[in-house]
Amino acid sequence: MDLSVRIGSLTLPNPLIAASGCFGYGLEYEQVVDLSTLGAVVSKGLFLKERQGHPPPRIVETPAGMINAIGLQGIGVHRFVKEKLPQLRAHGARTFVNVCGSTLDEYVEVCKVLSQAEGVSAIELNISCPNIKEGGIQFGCSLTGTYEVVSAVRKATHLPVIPKLTPNVTDVASFARASEDAGADAVSLVNTFLAMAIDVETRRPTISNVMGGLSGPAIRPIAVRMVWECYQLVKIPIIGMGGITNARDAIEFMLAGATAVQIGTQNFVDPFVWGKVLAGIEDYMTRHKVERLSDLIGAFDPSPVRGDKPVVGTNL
Amino acid sequence: MPPVDVDATVMANLRLSREYSVLSLAAPEVGARTRPGQFVMLKPAGVTDPLLRRPFSVFEILRDSRGAITGVSILNKRAGRSTKRLYDLEVGDVVSCLGPLGLPFTPVSAPRQAWMVAGGVGLAPFATLAESLAASGTPTTLFYGARTSDELFYLDFFGRLGVTLVLATEDGGRGVKGRVTAPLEQALKSVGADGAMVYACGPEPMLEAVAKLAARYHQPSQVSVERVMGCGLGGCYSCVVPVKHGNEEANLVRSCISGPVFDGAELVWD
Repeated sequence: MDLSVRIGSLTLPNPLIAASGCFGYGLEYEQVVDLSTLGAVVSKGLFLKERQGHPPPRIVETPAGMINAIGLQGIGVHRFVKEKLPQLRAHGARTFVNVCGSTLDEYVEVCKVLSQAEGVSAIELNISCPNIKEGGIQFGCSLTGTYEVVSAVRKATHLPVIPKLTPNVTDVASFARASEDAGADAVSLVNTFLAMAIDVETRRPTISNVMGGLSGPAIRPIAVRMVWECYQLVKIPIIGMGGITNARDAIEFMLAGATAVQIGTQNFVDPFVWGKVLAGIEDYMTRHKVERLSDLIGAFDPSPVRGDKPVVGTNL
Repeated sequence: MPPVDVDATVMANLRLSREYSVLSLAAPEVGARTRPGQFVMLKPAGVTDPLLRRPFSVFEILRDSRGAITGVSILNKRAGRSTKRLYDLEVGDVVSCLGPLGLPFTPVSAPRQAWMVAGGVGLAPFATLAESLAASGTPTTLFYGARTSDELFYLDFFGRLGVTLVLATEDGGRGVKGRVTAPLEQALKSVGADGAMVYACGPEPMLEAVAKLAARYHQPSQVSVERVMGCGLGGCYSCVVPVKHGNEEANLVRSCISGPVFDGAELVWD
């Protein structure tokens, strides 16, 4: 049974990737998961310098989901390279670094620092954080902005470049295309949906930033649709995410066209999710006689379902 | 000790009042690892509402008649949807229980005294601390404040451990009328040369008052904070509190892994 998948020049032993902002710098989880068993670990978003982020409260739970506005609290790329990367290497983790920037130059600068460091497998370009004004969303919400920042970073690094796309646009697939045209090795999607929840008793915000990003099972069907749209338009690999909680969900994303998947919110709910999803994928492969997991990528059959019988076994 | 995740069966859910219950969970692996002040992340198993677990101090480490550890209990106060779900659980229901998590209290020993200051549901971390202090022979006092005398729980438990009780109720129904910080300050004024370690857990204004009182009377304090928490393991960065070491600038620090117990002198109050 072959669970490996390829993202550009990278081969991952399995498609499960810890999502940025949901796994600290990876080392927080060394006691509960063997980091080398994950397909990859994506770091928290990093700017050149340290950031304090937003004041609490930073999260609020909503039906089958949560809204967060952490504000990209982080230690900056230099401390990351010095303090975290050597330990991640020692654990055998394949590390993707989520790169943020307030300006085009900052993205390029952070990527140059990472290119010279040992132990970075890829760059995930954060052009989609909904929670801070200067977090790249101005690039991620404009096709020319996306093209420009991906091009600039492409020229600055030999590492695989994976823009992380926002769903808060009319047509995500066109942003995947702009990324592909600019030389991206893959795209990851979706980041969180801009959202808001009001405390009706006090008539006040539930989180300090008022608005934040919605994640969790609540967004999964929308994210699956977006991955499918992108899969039909671009040739580069897609890393899919949005509310994955189990093997069924992961396979759903792969059928829609994802080469790999990221798990975020569910890792908060269950830090032992990784082994469970892997076991579930193996079980699915056995039941469906799938020898190579990569054969499932885009294997969705969109032809209409006939008849009025409910589809059995979907376990949505 | 690394945390474990247990599908823990509810062994009992003792309703102390219409708001408070003691939820006992069959989780011997968690109980055996827990030190006073640590917490668990809980939610009813197999549901997406609530989606996230909620943090609870371990209240008691439960043992059978032969002394073998059988699990942990939590002191639950019905405040929102999640705590209501836990309040309503029945024997045999299953709870996802991840723990123990966070840094424990640092113990003190005689001749220094231990003063535990609890407000309402902030009693939770002090049952295990009192047991550990009793085992080491440390003279211990519990300053315990609640709204009414009906909401002062487990007094016999602490009494049996030899803990001196100083009570306060807002309605004056038992002990001092008013806040528990008043008798605490009285005691601090006459604290002996050996001093006291002040442990506190409760509403944030109480924690601030206790930390400042301890500092005013030159006594160390350890404060257990409660923040909205997503994961309990340092992944989500939601539970931050401002902490200041010496002359450094304040930093937002994750209370799940750098706390929930902090040096009261290092917490920055808004």
